[in-house]
Amino acid sequence: MSGDLTRLTAHAMAVGLRAGDFTAEELATAHLDAIEAEDRALGAWLAVDRTEVLVQAHAADATLDLARRVGPAMSATLHPLHGVPVALKDLVSVRGGRCTAGSRILAGYTSPYDAHITERLRAVGAVILGKTNMDEFAMGSSTEHSAYGPTSNPWDLDRVPGGSSGGSAAAVAAYHAPVAIGTDTGGSVRQPASLCGIVGMKPTYGRVSRYGVVAFASSLDQVGPLARDARDAAALLHAVAGRDDRDSTSAPIPVPDGLLSLPDSDDEAAAGIRGLRLGLPREYFVAGMEPGTEARIREAVTLLEAAGATVEEVSLPHTDYGIAAYYIVASAEASANLARYDGIRFGLARRGGDVLEDYLATRGEGFGPEAKRRIMLGTYALSAGYYDAFYGKAQKVRTLIKADFDAVWAAGVDAIVAPTSPSVAWRLGAKLDDPVAMYLTDVCTLPVNMAGLPGASIPAGLSDGLPVGLQLIGRPWSELELLRLARGFEGITAGAPWRGVEPPGLAALRSASSPRPADRAAALGAGDR
Amino acid sequence: MTAGLAAALERYEAVIGIEVHCQVRTATKMFCACAADADPDEGAPNSRTCPVCLGLPGALPVINRRAVEHVLATGLAIGATVPSATRWDRKNYFYPDLPKGYQISQLDLPLASHGSLTFDTSAGERTIGIRRAHLEEDTARLIHATDPDGRKVSLLDFDRSGMPLMEIVTEPDVRTAEEARRYAEELQRLLRYIGVSDADMERGQMRVEANVSIRPRGTEPFGTRVEVKNMNSFRSVERAIEFEIERQAAAIDAGETIRQVTRGWDDDRGITYVMRSKEDSEDYRYFPEPDLPPLRVDAAWLAEIAAGLPELPAARRARYAGTLGLSAYDAGVLTATRETSDYFDAALAVAAAATPGTAAGGTAAGGTAADPVVSPKALANWITGELTRLVNAAAGADRGRIDRSGIAPADLVALVRLVESGEISGTSAKEALAEAFESRRPPADIVADRGMRRISDADAIGAVVSDVVAANPAAVADYRAGKEQAVGFLVGQVMKRTGGRADAALARTVLRAHLDADGSQGG
Repeated sequence: MSGDLTRLTAHAMAVGLRAGDFTAEELATAHLDAIEAEDRALGAWLAVDRTEVLVQAHAADATLDLARRVGPAMSATLHPLHGVPVALKDLVSVRGGRCTAGSRILAGYTSPYDAHITERLRAVGAVILGKTNMDEFAMGSSTEHSAYGPTSNPWDLDRVPGGSSGGSAAAVAAYHAPVAIGTDTGGSVRQPASLCGIVGMKPTYGRVSRYGVVAFASSLDQVGPLARDARDAAALLHAVAGRDDRDSTSAPIPVPDGLLSLPDSDDEAAAGIRGLRLGLPREYFVAGMEPGTEARIREAVTLLEAAGATVEEVSLPHTDYGIAAYYIVASAEASANLARYDGIRFGLARRGGDVLEDYLATRGEGFGPEAKRRIMLGTYALSAGYYDAFYGKAQKVRTLIKADFDAVWAAGVDAIVAPTSPSVAWRLGAKLDDPVAMYLTDVCTLPVNMAGLPGASIPAGLSDGLPVGLQLIGRPWSELELLRLARGFEGITAGAPWRGVEPPGLAALRSASSPRPADRAAALGAGDR
Repeated sequence: MTAGLAAALERYEAVIGIEVHCQVRTATKMFCACAADADPDEGAPNSRTCPVCLGLPGALPVINRRAVEHVLATGLAIGATVPSATRWDRKNYFYPDLPKGYQISQLDLPLASHGSLTFDTSAGERTIGIRRAHLEEDTARLIHATDPDGRKVSLLDFDRSGMPLMEIVTEPDVRTAEEARRYAEELQRLLRYIGVSDADMERGQMRVEANVSIRPRGTEPFGTRVEVKNMNSFRSVERAIEFEIERQAAAIDAGETIRQVTRGWDDDRGITYVMRSKEDSEDYRYFPEPDLPPLRVDAAWLAEIAAGLPELPAARRARYAGTLGLSAYDAGVLTATRETSDYFDAALAVAAAATPGTAAGGTAAGGTAADPVVSPKALANWITGELTRLVNAAAGADRGRIDRSGIAPADLVALVRLVESGEISGTSAKEALAEAFESRRPPADIVADRGMRRISDADAIGAVVSDVVAANPAAVADYRAGKEQAVGFLVGQVMKRTGGRADAALARTVLRAHLDADGSQGG
C-alpha cells in the first residue's frame, strides 16, 4: 500500500486521511521509506529525521481521529494539508533543526526558531518531512552549487533538476513528497519545476513572509510552492501566504480562500480559459532557445486559443537588460546579506590569529565559488565611484522592466504566457564552468522577480523525453487567477499522451547499484575529457 | 586656559563639528521586540537577544515607531526640516560587534535636517546649525578580557546590539571648546526636556565626538580635521578640544602636516592619542535597506508629535528673563532641568492665582493687601537658593530633584508669602523649609506649630524692650553717652529673647522711643 500512497496528490491524500483510508503516519512512513530507498541515487534530501516526522504525523492523526468522531463540521475546518507531508528547501528555519542553505559555512548551525512559514505549516497540521538540497544560498540554476553535492533529475539521472530549488523539485517529481517549499529570486522555483515536469509558483513579492528564510536577495526573494498539480500548489500557497508583522515587506492583503477550491472537473477548469486575453512576449523567444521547447510553447498557445482564450503578441522591450540588472541588484543585496556569516556567532568558524584572519579563513573555506563570485560582484557594484554606474542604473532598469509589464496590463491583457526556460534539463556539469551560460538560463524568469509579479511554471509536454514548462505571469496579487489558468491548462491537456508519462529515471532510483549524483557528475566530466 | 592655548588662539581659529550619538528612550530595541528599557550593559550578558539582534540567518528588522517619533520630536525641537518620506540604508563593514555585517542607518534621507540649537556661552548667545539627525541601531558590546589560562580573549554582549541610537551632526559652526561643551549640555537638556533620551554621558547614553581643525585667523579654508572620541563628560569635551587645538597649532608651527586621523581622549593624562588612521577611509558601500519599506511621515502624525512637545528650554529662558524680568543667570539655573522649570512654573501659577487683580481667587483690586504679591524674583531666589541646597544634599535618586523634595509648589508659595508679608523672618522660613523637607510636612504647618510668626505687636515688643533695657544697663549707658551702635546691640538682644521672631524694624523704633523717653525723664 505504501508505494501507492506516494503517488497520490495532496488533495487526494486529504480525502483519504479524512475518510480514514490511511493515516498520516502511514502516509509519512510511505514517503520516508521511499526517501530511504531512493535518495542515494537522487540526492534531493539534506536532512530527514524519521522520529521527528512521526511525532508530527501522530499529532495530525490524533486531530484527524477527533474530527472523524466529532463529524464533518470539524473535518471541514481542517486544512487540506493536514497530515500531508511537505518538503522544505534547506533555507527555511525549523526550530532545533539544521539550516545549511546548501552552504558549508552553515554546517553545524541549528536554528533556534521557526520561520513564519514553518509556523504556518505547523498550524495547518502539515507534516514537515525534511530539508531539500539547493544551490548554495539559492545562487544557481542547477543545484550543482550545493556544498553537499548535486541532485539528479528524475527524468534523467544524468541531468540537473534545475535550481536553485532543485532538491524540492526533484523530490516532488520523484514522489518523495507531494508538495515542497522553494524560494524564487530569479526563477529558482519556476525553472526547476519546468525542468522536473511539475508545477511551481513564485507569488507576488510580499505575498509570503520571508521571516526565518535565509536571505539571498531581499528585494527579490519569494517563497513559493512546488507540487505535481495546480490544486496542490494552490493549497500549499494558501497555507503559507499572508501578512506577517515580522516581515515589513509582507503585504496586508487577504489570501483568497478560492485557492482551496480550484475546479475538480477538467471540463469546468477548461471552461475558465474562455474569454481570457493572454499575451505572448516576443522578447522571450530568445536566440538559442531549443526548438523543442519553442514548439511545446507554441502548441500550448494553440491549445489555449482552442479553449477560447485570445492570445496576442506583446512586447516587453527591456527584457534584454534584465539579466545584467538582475545580477547587479541580486549580487549587491547578497554581498550584504552574506556578511553575517563571519564565524563569530554560529556555523563554520576558523581561527586565523586576528579578526581579519578569522574572517578570511572562515569565509574562504565556508563559501563555495558561486557565492564568492556573487559577493565580489555585489561588493564591486556598491563600491564608491561605481554605485551610480551599476547599482543605481540597475535599479532604473528595474523600474523600466516593471513599466513594461504595467503597459501590458494597462492594455487589458489578463496574463502573459511564455517559456519558463529556454531549454530542457541539461547534463550534470555541462554549464558548471561557464557562469554566464548558467546565468542566461534565467532570462525568461528573472524579469518577473524584478517586477515583483506572480509567475508560475506548469508542465506543457516533453521535448526529447524531457519536460518543458509553460510560464504564466500575472498582475500583482493575481495568484488565484494564475492557478485557475494553470488548472484550466491541466483540464485541456488531461488526455494528452505526455500527461501519463512517468519520469523514466524513477526505475533507476530503486536500483541499489545506481550511482550517486556526484558520481554521475564525475563520470560525465570524465567522459567529456 | 593654558598659556600655550591662549597663544595658539591669538593666531589660529578652531573649526569644530560635533557628532552626538544618543540612546533613544524606548521600551524595545530599534528593530526587534527585545527589551530596551534598562541599561543594556547591566545584568547578565546576552540575556536580551533574539534572532534579529543576533543577526541570525532569516531574521528581519521591523521599525520601532516610538524611536522614529523621538527623532521627529527632536527634529521639531531644533526647527529642522522633516521629509515626507524617508528610507533606511545599509552601512556595510565587518566587525565582531556588528552581527549582520551591516548597520541599518540612514544616509541620504535623514529623519531631520537643517535645524539649529541656541544656547548661552560666556561670550553671549550662540546658534549652531544642525546638519541632520537620523536613527540607527547600536552595535554589541565588545569586552576585552583575560581568560583563566591567562590568554587574552574578546567577549561579546549582544544586549546592546540593536538599541536605538539617534545621531545628531552639527555644521562646522562651533569655534571654541567652551561652545562645544555648551552645545552638548544644551542638547542634553533639550533631549531630556522632550523625553527623548536620558542622555547620561557617563552611562554611554550620550556619546560626543568632535571633528576639530584649525585655520589661521582671517582665512577661510578649513584645515585637515581630526576626529576626537572617548570624551565621557562635558568637562572632557572641553578639555579634549582645548588640548587638540593647542596640539594642532604646535604641530603646524613646527612645520608638520595635520593628518586625518581619529584620536582618543585620555582623561587621566589629559591628552589625545592616535586611535586609527583615516587616510585609507573605509568604503561603507551604502545602499537602500531592502528589508524595510520607505517610511512615510504624514502631516497629521507630525502634528500629533508637535502637540506633545513641552515648552522648550530656550523659550522658557526667554520668558523668565523677558516677561518675568529675572536675570539671565537665574533664568539659566531655573531651566537647567525640566523638573526645576516645571516646578517654578507651577509655583508661579499658584502665586498668580492668589494675587489680587491677576486671577480669580485674588481679592478685589484696591482692597486690603491681605494676600501680597509673591514676586517671581522671590520664588526664583527660594527655588535656586534654599530649596536647591536642600535637594542637592539629598541621597539617592531624589538628589537634585526639586520635584521629589516633598515641598509642593503651593506650599513653597505659602511660605514665601509669609516672608514677603513680614509675618515670619527669612531665618524662620529657612528653618521651616528645612524641617518640612525632612518631615515631609507643609512648611506653613511647621511655622504655626513652632510659633514662628513674627511679633509685630508694639505692646508685646515693648514688654521685651523693657526687659532688655533693664538687663543691659551698660549698653543703655553707652547709648546715652552718644554711642549709636549700642542700639544695634540692644535690638539684637530683643531678637534673641524672641527667638528672632520680633519685627526688627519695629523693635528698633520701640527701643529708641523707650530709651529716649527714659532719658528725658531722667534728664
